Amino acid sequence: MSDQKRFRPEERVSQGLKFEEPLIFERSRPGKCGFVLGKADWDVEPVDEVAALGDLYREEAAELPEVTEPEVVRHFTRLSQWNYSIDTGLYPLGSCTMKYNPKVNEAMARLPGFARLHPYAPDEWCQGALELLYELERLLCAVSGLPACSLQPAAGAQGELTGLMCIRAYHEARGDSERTKIIVPDSAHGTNPASAAFNGFSVVELPSGPDGTVSPEAVAAAMDETVAGLMITNPNTMGIFEKEIQEICQIVHDGGGKVYMDGANMNAILGKARPGDFGIDVMHFNVHKTFSTPHGGGGPGGGPICVGADLEPFLPVPRIEKVEGKESPRYSRVYDQHPQTLGKVKAFFGNFLVYVRAYTYLREYGSDLPKVSERAVLNANYVRARLGETYHVAYPGRCMHEVVFDDSSYKGLGVSTLDVAKRLIDYGFHPPTTYFPLNVEGALMVEPTETESLQEVKDFIAAMEAIHEEAEANPEFLHEAPKSAFRVRLDETRAARKPVLTYRQFRDS
Amino acid sequence: MKIPEEYRFSKDHEWARDEGDGTVTVGISHHAQDALGDIVFVELPAVGDEVEREQEFGVVESVKTVSDLYAPVSGEVVAINEELEDAPELVNDSPYEGGWIVKIAMSAPGELEELMDAEGYDEFLSGGD
Repeated sequence: MSDQKRFRPEERVSQGLKFEEPLIFERSRPGKCGFVLGKADWDVEPVDEVAALGDLYREEAAELPEVTEPEVVRHFTRLSQWNYSIDTGLYPLGSCTMKYNPKVNEAMARLPGFARLHPYAPDEWCQGALELLYELERLLCAVSGLPACSLQPAAGAQGELTGLMCIRAYHEARGDSERTKIIVPDSAHGTNPASAAFNGFSVVELPSGPDGTVSPEAVAAAMDETVAGLMITNPNTMGIFEKEIQEICQIVHDGGGKVYMDGANMNAILGKARPGDFGIDVMHFNVHKTFSTPHGGGGPGGGPICVGADLEPFLPVPRIEKVEGKESPRYSRVYDQHPQTLGKVKAFFGNFLVYVRAYTYLREYGSDLPKVSERAVLNANYVRARLGETYHVAYPGRCMHEVVFDDSSYKGLGVSTLDVAKRLIDYGFHPPTTYFPLNVEGALMVEPTETESLQEVKDFIAAMEAIHEEAEANPEFLHEAPKSAFRVRLDETRAARKPVLTYRQFRDS
Repeated sequence: MKIPEEYRFSKDHEWARDEGDGTVTVGISHHAQDALGDIVFVELPAVGDEVEREQEFGVVESVKTVSDLYAPVSGEVVAINEELEDAPELVNDSPYEGGWIVKIAMSAPGELEELMDAEGYDEFLSGGD
């Protein structure tokens, strides 16, 4: 097909069957049920439920929906059809790295030897699983440039919490209890200050400079003997690499502090720059962002941390150790040889099957891993250069894996970032991140990721250009977007002010 | 919306109105509520809390974002706008009157003079932040 053919956004929009679906409680009718056990077939004495359950016996029936099996299946299938996912189309949600999840990851995670393994199985029964975890730790250490790893944290925010606990334990072990502050740049994800506060630190906010990055002078001014460390995201939330990172880390180290790096944006620098090499002491990975494990409705996630030698003694247990044997190495979970450990931060060993997927992804790329970042950065810069002719790029110059636009090109037309985002739904794309980062007015943050083809990225750009033309021709039209979505503008304000979260609330409201 | 003449403003977009008895009423400016969008929740301090100038004393949550509230002056909280608990939209509808947030008994009344007046705030807004 000719590359010259102009993309017509309306061709993307499908008008297939749309099934309305009530709440499952509204489908309920007394007496309906999924299946009936034929009592006549039972050859057992009936159980006296009241006597068997004692105090646990409930007098009133639970108010559960009474529906048939096909009704349950259809209910959830229909709801799933309202969904938009990375398997449906482009998902350019900046700062989230919504890359495609290769299906081979799923195949590996479903191997019975992994999927059906019991977490209480003794070490000698799960050598393969322990080997995978050990090797994944080694791979993450290689990518981070740091010597030790813990896979235990359940997700990025818990990785932050655990990493900061390591920093606190490090200072306390040195007998230094005066360090009560953590420096956090104003562009950081909200989880950064939250993790610091949760750890009992007070947060010192660092303003970003005019180019959106952190300046060594600002860090030097904030640094003193009460500062336990600095939390930084690199590349930062604006999608810009912190070029002064080495000097910044040096300033913190000279002042006796440690540097935590939020690895949310690792997708831009895989195999290109190693945090351990530019001075980071501890960092987490978001395996669901960087290593293509699914973003699954709040979980399960994975937030492994890598640390420098100073912080290694404090890592959670169990640690996984490898001992060379006569025929093959032996792997074991070690609890009792790390007296300074924080202890456990998560049951068992984190979300194991998520790590099977991350390991598969890393092994699939192997030494080609840097190409992930090359293509992610190329795609983002293509969007920046092409869309920058119509929309206004918040910070000039090359970006990394994501690009932030502000609303200055359409605000004067009476159109908001929300309108642009909503209209994009009509063109068959998930909207980008909006109104974040907070220090950009009407921010629109696009992260195409490396998994999108040039054609797909061009289609996205054409849709965005078409929306800008619509904004110029008829701003009112955009206030009513989306036109074709199943649900149009939901009343987010009322949902937040007067939330109805249960069926009982709904019924009584 | 016209910026009220007798109000004083901080660079964090809080206003303070001198009540003439050593207390000020504090809220957020029309510009701030407009930038935040529909406000869905205001976390208020307790009466009796000590607040310090430029330190956070509460939180305002909108459909777009969550922001800290910074005290324009130091002192003690002597009243809070309890109506905001059920009707946070007052901050949007009436930022300078019904949407007031707290009253503070000033511990350093001179701080009030250091805030911008209406004209200064207007200039501050047109200069961008």
